[in-house]
Amino acid sequence: MLEIRNLSLSVPIEGQPVEAVSGVSITLEAGRVLGLVGESGCGKSLTAQAMLRLGEHQGVDRTSGDILLDGQSIFAMDDETLRKMRGGKMSMVFQEPMTALNPVFTIGSQICEVIQLHLKLDKKQAHARAVELLQDVGLQDAEQVLKQYPDALSGGMRQRVLIAMAMSADSDYIIADEPTTALDVSVQKRIIALLLGLQKKRNLGLLLVTHDFGLVAEMCDDVAVMYAGQIVESGPVEDIFEHPAHPYTRALMACRPEVAEAGQSLAVIPGQVPSPGQWPTGCHFALRCPLADQACEAAIAVDAWENGKHRARCIHVESAAGAGKT
Amino acid sequence: MLEVRDLGKTFAAGGMFRAIGKDTRAVDAVSFKLDAGETLAIVGESGSGKSTTARLAMRLLEASEGHIFWGDENVSTMAGSALRSRRSHIQMVFQDPFASLNPRMKIWESVAEGLRVHQPEMSHSQRRQKVADTLALCGLDDSGMDRYPHQFSGGQRQRIGIARALIVEPKVLVLDEPVSALDVSVQAQILNLMKEIQLAKGLAYLFISHDLSVIRHVADQIAVMFAGRIVEQGEAATVFAHPRHPYTRALLDARPIDHPGERVDVAVNGDIGEGMADSGCAYQPRCPFASDACAGFDGQLDEQGCACLYPLAK
Repeated sequence: MLEIRNLSLSVPIEGQPVEAVSGVSITLEAGRVLGLVGESGCGKSLTAQAMLRLGEHQGVDRTSGDILLDGQSIFAMDDETLRKMRGGKMSMVFQEPMTALNPVFTIGSQICEVIQLHLKLDKKQAHARAVELLQDVGLQDAEQVLKQYPDALSGGMRQRVLIAMAMSADSDYIIADEPTTALDVSVQKRIIALLLGLQKKRNLGLLLVTHDFGLVAEMCDDVAVMYAGQIVESGPVEDIFEHPAHPYTRALMACRPEVAEAGQSLAVIPGQVPSPGQWPTGCHFALRCPLADQACEAAIAVDAWENGKHRARCIHVESAAGAGKT
Repeated sequence: MLEVRDLGKTFAAGGMFRAIGKDTRAVDAVSFKLDAGETLAIVGESGSGKSTTARLAMRLLEASEGHIFWGDENVSTMAGSALRSRRSHIQMVFQDPFASLNPRMKIWESVAEGLRVHQPEMSHSQRRQKVADTLALCGLDDSGMDRYPHQFSGGQRQRIGIARALIVEPKVLVLDEPVSALDVSVQAQILNLMKEIQLAKGLAYLFISHDLSVIRHVADQIAVMFAGRIVEQGEAATVFAHPRHPYTRALLDARPIDHPGERVDVAVNGDIGEGMADSGCAYQPRCPFASDACAGFDGQLDEQGCACLYPLAK
């Protein structure tokens, strides 16, 4: 089990540490797909990177909370353990398949490097393992692909290679940060099918970081919605889509062009997301929320509203539901 | 407002590979007509030639063949000051509002640039007034006029980009992935704004996008491009409801679902179809209906606007 407990992170803005992730708690279990959804700047990628302790050299600092991998704090790990954990227990698939591969090494040398780092295999065995991995991700002509440099592959093929690398040492948990955003639609669908297929086959815990509710609908079992550094709503995917509770989730879902009637204008959320450092003291969404009142100026608990596993950081959920299905 | 006939563009192999390189046929036999107040969406994957088509229509790139009409005027061979004086007819909004504004220019200077060329007789105060009016049309007040681009959010910058295109009062706007870099909530604001402006000004939009949900929302007409050619063209509502070309159908099927209840198990097809054919219909290697005859297909659109030997039944 991979647990984030009450994690707060600060980032340096003009030399000063500013809180960018505020008290986030999520749990990722083996065999489950959890979607971490939000708009740019909400802290979803920072949270994901913190799970592998990336970003620390860029000044991202943990101000409170902990991340537990099967009960063990990743912040207590020494460098050696950390190195083995990254890619061994937990791997990451990045958004940009163009930049995540080194252009001056062949695909083969990059995959084999990862394999040999984690598994005690000689060159030949590592090569065989690489072939197997590439075939697993749907690259039939694996021998050929291994000889090539990244620029000879299409975007979809590169993303497959990166997924193969993430699987190379039998990680239990995969963190995928916008894994299909840079790809064409027809390729997206196949990468989604591939990720889900591998996730089921290997019983992986998959954390999907995305801004795209369509992707969440396709892939996730559970969802956590982030806004301005906080989780504002979480729960099983059907609950979130059927009965979004938090006014932000409701608004975000309503402004998708998919749900608009032809010829009608799209629903909008007035104003813009406040930057880190400019969050209101109480509910972070209060400034833009149609239901906000004085009570929202006080800090609001993550489970202010609860219905089974479905939770929302809002004290007006009932009146939001009353305000009607639009 | 904008018409192109049999537009084609071949990029010659250049540089040190000239001798061994192969010419690239980026756009082939593209024709469309766009009326006032109408939105034509060009959809296609990366490399399908949609942006090249837009740049040809704007005369930013020299077409290898074909004709381009701005209003009633054939501008295909026009050059120099004659062309320059007509450029206010058609303007462009770019995808990336971060990259398309000069970071060292104040907002009002960026927006006013077009005026320097197209209305040089305007005084400084007239220009500032015009900029303020145009920004207001785009939902920005004039308090930001003397600020720099980095002081604005992505959505605001896209509004500035639209104002910059509108200031010379064009009849046609080319919108190249105008909301692809924006968050959903901001995207909704910008799409609504563009619709309002279109209604108010009767503008014709040439809308380039890969996002079918956005296109379904904005388009009156649609042209689906694959490998440099239009493979299906028609009323957007009809094409969305009854795609006839297998490629259009595949694109529509690949759209993300709206709700977890719509999930279906898709088989992983592995490598099937990433390439395109050199002769005949380019879509052959990816097409489930392809036969030997497709290699000899001339790619002409039929009367209902579909370029396929085996169009799908309604």
